[in-house]
Amino acid sequence: MSLGKYGYYDPSDPLKDRITDIGPPHYEQFFPPVIKRNYGKWLYHEILEPGLLVHVSETGEKAYTVRVGGARLMSVQHIREICDIADKYCDGYVRWTTRNCIEFITDSEDKARALMKDLESRKFPKGSYKFPVGGTGCGITNIVHTQGWIHCHTPATDASGIVKSVHDALFEHFKNMDLPAKLRISLACCLNMCGAVHCSDIAILGVHRKPPMIDDEVLSKICEIPLVVAACPLGAIRPAKTEDGKKTVRVNQERCMFCGNCYTMCAAMPLADSEGDGVAILAGGKISNRKSAPKFSKVIVPYIPNEPPRWPKVVETIKHIVEVYAKDARKYERLGEWAERIGWEKFFEKTGIPFTEKSLDDYRLAYDTYRTTTHFKYTEHVWQLAKALEEAE
Amino acid sequence: MSAEGQEKLWETKKYDDVRIYTDEEIWNYTDEDVANYKCKHDIPLLEQLEEGPWPSFVSDIKQEAVHRHKLAEQAPDKLLIPADVCDDLLGQVELSYVEKETHWKHGGIVGVFGYGGGVIGRYSDQQEKFPGIAHFHTLRVNQPASKFYKTDYLRALCDIWEYRGSGLTNMHGSTGDTVLLGTFTEQLEPMFFDLTHDLGVDLGGSGSNLRTPSCCVGKARCEFACYDTQDICYELTMYYQDELHRPAFPYKFKFKFDGCPNCCVASIARSDMSYIGTWKDDIRIDQEAVRAYVAGELKPNAGAFGNRDWGKFDIQKEVIDLCPAKCMEWDGKELKINNKECVRCMHCINVMPRALRIGTDTGCSILFGAKAPILEGAQMSTLVIPFIRVEKPYDEIKAIIERVWDWWMEEGKNRERVGELIQRKGIQEFLKVVGVPAIPQHAKEPRSNPYIFWSEGEVPGGWQRDIKEFRKRHPR
Ligand code: HEM
Ligand code: HEM
Ligand code: HEM
Ligand code: HEM
Ligand code: SF4
Ligand code: SF4
Ligand code: SF4
Ligand code: SF4
Repeated sequence: MSLGKYGYYDPSDPLKDRITDIGPPHYEQFFPPVIKRNYGKWLYHEILEPGLLVHVSETGEKAYTVRVGGARLMSVQHIREICDIADKYCDGYVRWTTRNCIEFITDSEDKARALMKDLESRKFPKGSYKFPVGGTGCGITNIVHTQGWIHCHTPATDASGIVKSVHDALFEHFKNMDLPAKLRISLACCLNMCGAVHCSDIAILGVHRKPPMIDDEVLSKICEIPLVVAACPLGAIRPAKTEDGKKTVRVNQERCMFCGNCYTMCAAMPLADSEGDGVAILAGGKISNRKSAPKFSKVIVPYIPNEPPRWPKVVETIKHIVEVYAKDARKYERLGEWAERIGWEKFFEKTGIPFTEKSLDDYRLAYDTYRTTTHFKYTEHVWQLAKALEEAE
Repeated sequence: MSAEGQEKLWETKKYDDVRIYTDEEIWNYTDEDVANYKCKHDIPLLEQLEEGPWPSFVSDIKQEAVHRHKLAEQAPDKLLIPADVCDDLLGQVELSYVEKETHWKHGGIVGVFGYGGGVIGRYSDQQEKFPGIAHFHTLRVNQPASKFYKTDYLRALCDIWEYRGSGLTNMHGSTGDTVLLGTFTEQLEPMFFDLTHDLGVDLGGSGSNLRTPSCCVGKARCEFACYDTQDICYELTMYYQDELHRPAFPYKFKFKFDGCPNCCVASIARSDMSYIGTWKDDIRIDQEAVRAYVAGELKPNAGAFGNRDWGKFDIQKEVIDLCPAKCMEWDGKELKINNKECVRCMHCINVMPRALRIGTDTGCSILFGAKAPILEGAQMSTLVIPFIRVEKPYDEIKAIIERVWDWWMEEGKNRERVGELIQRKGIQEFLKVVGVPAIPQHAKEPRSNPYIFWSEGEVPGGWQRDIKEFRKRHPR
């Protein structure tokens, strides 16, 4: 290893010994032997129990996979513990899934079962599991999420804390495969959606609700005004001058939709605000092409305030949606497929979540989501509307 | 130094060849130390997140904090950034929990020489209170395809990141990279040298460039893979290193590789160019196994329903009726699939993986333009190439990529994703760029408005007309 402050790097000659453009390590050297031997030869798989899969190859070999959930934010100590486990049971190999689960693969069922026992016994001192086994089949696997207050400058909410709280509340669905289909939850802490949560069964999305402030003192020094103006999708920003003649910008606040694009382009336009910021909940999206086409998630709850450390209202809302879906949906039905079959009005009726005008689209192509047929179902919403009409007379 | 062979270093290399810490230095604390640990700052709100069954990131960061403090006593020369970096991070996040606002400054242009991406600059706006995280820059490290690792590699990574960084990571970032979370500016170049020299790994992408490509587990452990997702992911990552490291695009561009329409890496929602495996011939049927499913000898959907009692498996209700193409039949003995009508949605195969297999004449569909809402609203990828072979060295695919990039770099506005450009310019123009004719598969249904843009060349006689001639025929 290169030791000392600069290691192999020579600040007086930055080009010396520089290696560039080598890309990632070649994946093949990291394949467990059973994977290497059966690459492309897999016949079928089976989930033996929550968190334990077997894949069977045409060579007759079997690969047992133990899946483990966890925080994607992890320390090197945690990774080293994972390495110790992988060395003990899996000849020193381990992998991560797209949703940040850890997978231990071995060719022996006995080893896999011993490994599961070992994993379940490891806990942090305050009692949370280090390596909960589960996350397979018709249940809830790892919630994918972004950085939040841990590392980003634009978040409207935290990521790790809400995710931990939601996971705690839905833990039984991680451990069991008791839902009608898979249920995928994702969180992004602002509209940039690094996690691309817009196609999840349930999405938790950080939202701002106040237009940017404008730091006139520095704006023209640190931002390029034409780029800032162009950054606003709604054309709400125009160049302006302060009274003492400094170049700056002004925002048409009526038009602003709090997307934060201006702040992405210009540090002098912060949006974050403890009262303005919070969380929207979307539901009914999916990625897979199975049965029905991939779908976007829809805005169910436009806003819930940030309530650290455990966001009780967010947790309660999501848990409630999951429980109603679990009871009412048919086998194989994803949350969005269920809502479409019963009708979104029934979704709101069954979950009891208040429908607000904020769930009606008013952005571009909004019309695509309006109902232009006389097909609808009678729910309480209709009677409320009738009553309002009467009262309006 | 030559980079020859760096990509396969770990065929022979061992952790011990490069390790920094001894076992005693690594496991230098007990659970009790962590339980009794008093963080430098009071963190009562965060500590509430240590309860409950789900792995607690707070407990984990505390464990790293304890470890670093002990290390600082044991071997002070073996930590190049402050020992209390974890304490300060917890302190600042606690402050955010109280105030409900982030305390990270906007941006900060830092990086390594010659690269335009791979490092996210981050500074605290509370540097006096939390000096350990005054700088907290992130390195995006290009993950190996499908995120398989040898522990030798991971341990080496842990050592250098403990030595030169915070010891905190994201396994993994949303795009797929191994994310190393938090170090000081002066350690960026040394980290980069260690990564490339000792680990044989490069930085990933960030900024207006090709982002780190990623792929599903595919042929490594999935019977549904229609093409070799790892190989093409690796090959294109290597082939386009320049585009990955040196931003020259209007905005970001992502490739993702899904081996089949189940879309485990969500390419259809998250990538500008989505590669989704598919096949042309027939679904292979093992009638014996179908009967075993019907008889209840095999569990539907590979056991994904666990122990919940959904009653006896009903092939009619659960497979035939749910087929979106309604192209299957079950007469009590034999399953028939009218493959000409099948849209390859994977449902029946997912339900009965031992009886049904994907076809053998395989390739992929290529779709373009997915993105999150910023700026013009969320988009899913649009089907452009229904079927293409995915065969080494992928020349045909590379040619398509380059035609699309050339067009986008020519026509795209600053921060305009390719999906937005397609909307702005029209899919017709995009199809011409790709070099394919318009076919019914490009649309859910033909347009319903008749506002058709004809070009002058398409209309006999062109557009130049003489009003006088017209008036001769049609007096005012
Ligand atoms: C004295 C000259 C310049 C100064 C001081 C300057 C300053 C800046 C600043 C402060 C930003 C915002 C960075 C951020 O997002 O945090 C920026 C962004 C940008 N500048 Fe410049 N700039 C200069 C010249 C140019 C020129 C000549 C070009 C192009 C021909 C250019 C193209 C851009 C672009 C494309 C961005 C946006 C980058 C992105 O998408 O994040 N700049 N510049
Ligand atoms: C306009 C859109 C976007 C903007 C302006 C944006 C901006 C940012 C910023 C500022 C960060 C740094 C967070 C930190 O401090 O670590 C970040 C991280 C990241 N972004 Fe984005 N982002 C956008 C969309 C996306 C999308 C759609 C994806 C993926 C599909 C993505 C993937 C990532 C990844 C992988 C990271 C690294 C940290 C993480 O995994 O959370 N970004 N992005
Ligand atoms: C969606 C668009 C349109 C629809 C559905 C529409 C429909 C109609 C209909 C149903 C008539 C009656 C025809 C008849 O009974 O003789 C009519 C007449 C007429 N339309 Fe349109 N029209 C459309 C657009 C336009 C436009 C864009 C123009 C001119 C710029 C136009 C100019 C006329 C004129 C001048 C007549 C009267 C012809 C007459 O009185 O003999 N229409 N249109
Ligand atoms: C741009 C598109 C359209 C054009 C150019 C158009 C044009 C016309 C014309 C020329 C007529 C015949 C009038 C006549 O001579 O009696 C007509 C009739 C009619 N159009 Fe359209 N139309 C359009 C779209 C629509 C749409 C979208 C609707 C309904 C959703 C519609 C509903 C009708 C109806 C109800 C009639 C009368 C039919 C009847 O009298 O039996 N039109 N339209
Ligand atoms: S989603 Fe937004 S706030 Fe969260 S990490 Fe990405 S850019 Fe930052
Ligand atoms: S937040 Fe979005 S809509 Fe509002 S001014 Fe900024 S860019 Fe425009
Ligand atoms: S996308 Fe398809 S081939 Fe790839 S891992 Fe998922 S199910 Fe398997
Ligand atoms: S893959 Fe989908 S469309 Fe094709 S036969 Fe099976 S269920 Fe029907």
